[in-house]
Amino acid sequence: MARELLAGWGRTAPSAADVRRPAGVDEVVAELAAAPARGAIARGLARSYGDAAQNAGGDVISTLGLGGVSWADKAAGLVRAAGGASLDEVQRFLLPCGWALPVVPGTRHVTVGGAVAADVHGKNHGRDGSFARHVADLRLAMPTGVTTVTPVGDPDLFWATFGGMGLTGAVVEATLRAARVETAHVRVVARRAGELDAVMAAMAAKDGRHRYAVAWLDATAGGRSTGRGVITWGDPACLADLPRARRRASPSRSPLVVPPRRTVTVPAWAGAAGCALPGAGVVALNRLRYGRAPATDTIGVEPLDRFLFPLDAVAGWNRLYGRAGFVQHQFVVPYRSAEVIRMALERFRAAGCPPALAVLKRLGTADPGPLSFPMPGWTLAVDFPAARPGLAAVLDDLDELVAGAGGRVYLAKDARLRPELLPVMYPNLDRWRAVKRRVDPDGILTSDLARRLRLAGSPGNGGGASAGAAVAAAPAAGAG
Amino acid sequence: MNDAHGSPQTVVVFGGTSEIAHAVLARLAARRTRTVVLAGRHPTALDAVADELRAMGVTTVDTVPFEAAATEEHASLVDDVFARHRDVDLVLIAFGQLGDQAVLERDPAAAARLATVNYVAAVSVGLAVAARLRDQGHGNLVALSSVAAERPRRSNFVYGSTKAGMDAFFRGLGDALRGSGARVTVVRPGFVRTRMTAGLPAAPFATTPEAVADAVVRGLETGAETVWVPPVLRWVMAVLRHLPGPVFRRLGDR
Repeated sequence: MARELLAGWGRTAPSAADVRRPAGVDEVVAELAAAPARGAIARGLARSYGDAAQNAGGDVISTLGLGGVSWADKAAGLVRAAGGASLDEVQRFLLPCGWALPVVPGTRHVTVGGAVAADVHGKNHGRDGSFARHVADLRLAMPTGVTTVTPVGDPDLFWATFGGMGLTGAVVEATLRAARVETAHVRVVARRAGELDAVMAAMAAKDGRHRYAVAWLDATAGGRSTGRGVITWGDPACLADLPRARRRASPSRSPLVVPPRRTVTVPAWAGAAGCALPGAGVVALNRLRYGRAPATDTIGVEPLDRFLFPLDAVAGWNRLYGRAGFVQHQFVVPYRSAEVIRMALERFRAAGCPPALAVLKRLGTADPGPLSFPMPGWTLAVDFPAARPGLAAVLDDLDELVAGAGGRVYLAKDARLRPELLPVMYPNLDRWRAVKRRVDPDGILTSDLARRLRLAGSPGNGGGASAGAAVAAAPAAGAG
Repeated sequence: MNDAHGSPQTVVVFGGTSEIAHAVLARLAARRTRTVVLAGRHPTALDAVADELRAMGVTTVDTVPFEAAATEEHASLVDDVFARHRDVDLVLIAFGQLGDQAVLERDPAAAARLATVNYVAAVSVGLAVAARLRDQGHGNLVALSSVAAERPRRSNFVYGSTKAGMDAFFRGLGDALRGSGARVTVVRPGFVRTRMTAGLPAAPFATTPEAVADAVVRGLETGAETVWVPPVLRWVMAVLRHLPGPVFRRLGDR
């Protein structure tokens, strides 16, 4: 055990913690029971962008020693995965049998525990909801032992864990409902649109017609081209969609085998360099990408993992932003407030910080997690070099706009939200806090994110103490 | 906790009546800072600053009596502050005196007192703070040094030597804290127009507390180890440092 300096994927605000590496579930419980005054938090593959899997001065419990995927019920597609198993591992287990994970985020390199804690969503939220919708039960480690949590047995705890950022217990196992697939490919339709309204109109027009829908936006374009982008729709490909040669189920060329993928790796020294992506390069790359996209609907077939996990083509891409790291910002606004998306793009440009990457999606019906991010509306995800002058103020102003419109930011990506806005953006926060107090009265599970946003209600260790409606009636209860 | 832009939520200032510290706090209060601890010598002056901070939206202001020369009390004072305000995100070392060079040259005891305040006290406070930051696994320490630390000048070498000592100390402390989650930033302003320099002729590249504060906040954003105000002084001093003695003295005489 040693102090290690830990950061999120965005590499901002690192902090030091004592890292524990339990090899089994019992050891996780033991570590939690022995947690120091500054508490403990589970950490998987560390792909949350901000400080969710950091716990300065306390313990960080790596879940990577908890691996393994097995069938709970093969005929029904029920799969049991350890909290430290990656979605990549689960997907590789499922695909050869003709099953797949129904909801995955933009990278395979997240753990099952992390996917639960962030309640991740994919390009198919409108159709399939968030990760939570496909989880039959969870096993949560607490200092007192391990509990199996189901949506029927303890719905409050079950739902509070999705989006709960690991603060309601360490997820050591989950039973997932897989979806049937015929092939490991996606039938893709893509076209570009010259400005934001056209992008949104095209996406709205095909709402529900395809399983997947996503738009990449050229956020460096301004004026009449503001928000121009390339929209991609997709559906799981059936056998008939594949070229004849790939349809045969020979061991080497099965339609369910994911073809090997070429990836490049950003060298480690890039992460120590002072210089981030040069602005001119970002503009050129965006322009090139837009220019090369087809002007009208164009159909193709792509391997599933290339379609679902575009971020995984470049390993260590977070180092591209250099020493100071980057801020990934994702927010959602209800459909009636769609204009906030345009205002955001215009403000970024006006402030001299156009994002290097911008992705627009439509989200559908929310799942019941009180801290779960997705809600019906437009969601925009953008990347910025963290040290860009003026960025802090632009994002703060945008937060006010988003909160005023009834929207919210995604906590798995947050590294900078003003804590006062949290209860505005997550109106069910008090319900979540009540569960947190019940299952973790001593506030053992805490993190830098929990402290920064005062998630559990007290500015102290992120646990125990109180806030919200329950306290309004009895102010003396606020023993911080 | 500090956010991705280095904006702290809880700030402790040693030298709570410093005008530069005041300007820094005004900027931080506009961001995330809601708790401020002001440590200083003059309780009434601290109370006045505290009132202004509350008006800026700081919800908790704590004033703490702090005597720089009483170095044996520093460790317990620092421990007490950290115990009462958990998770101190930023510690600003802003105390120091300029002194009158002519007087100091005639009065060795006064010169020693200046050295105690500017250097010895910075060492004891700095080490006590570093221990607490190491425990909590995060936090920034910003030390206000001076360009005078770069090369002694005839006209203020007693002050310059104290700043050279504290400057070297905090740079070394920053190296010692690498990997601990804590970070040190040394700020080297040129001539700053404040109460401390009132009545003195302004040196070239003179600046203001506001400009220093902007540079400090920017330094927190970028994670800079040294911050020069104005930035051009980095290059000016790089040249001055290497000038032959006779040339440097002639420049200094003017």
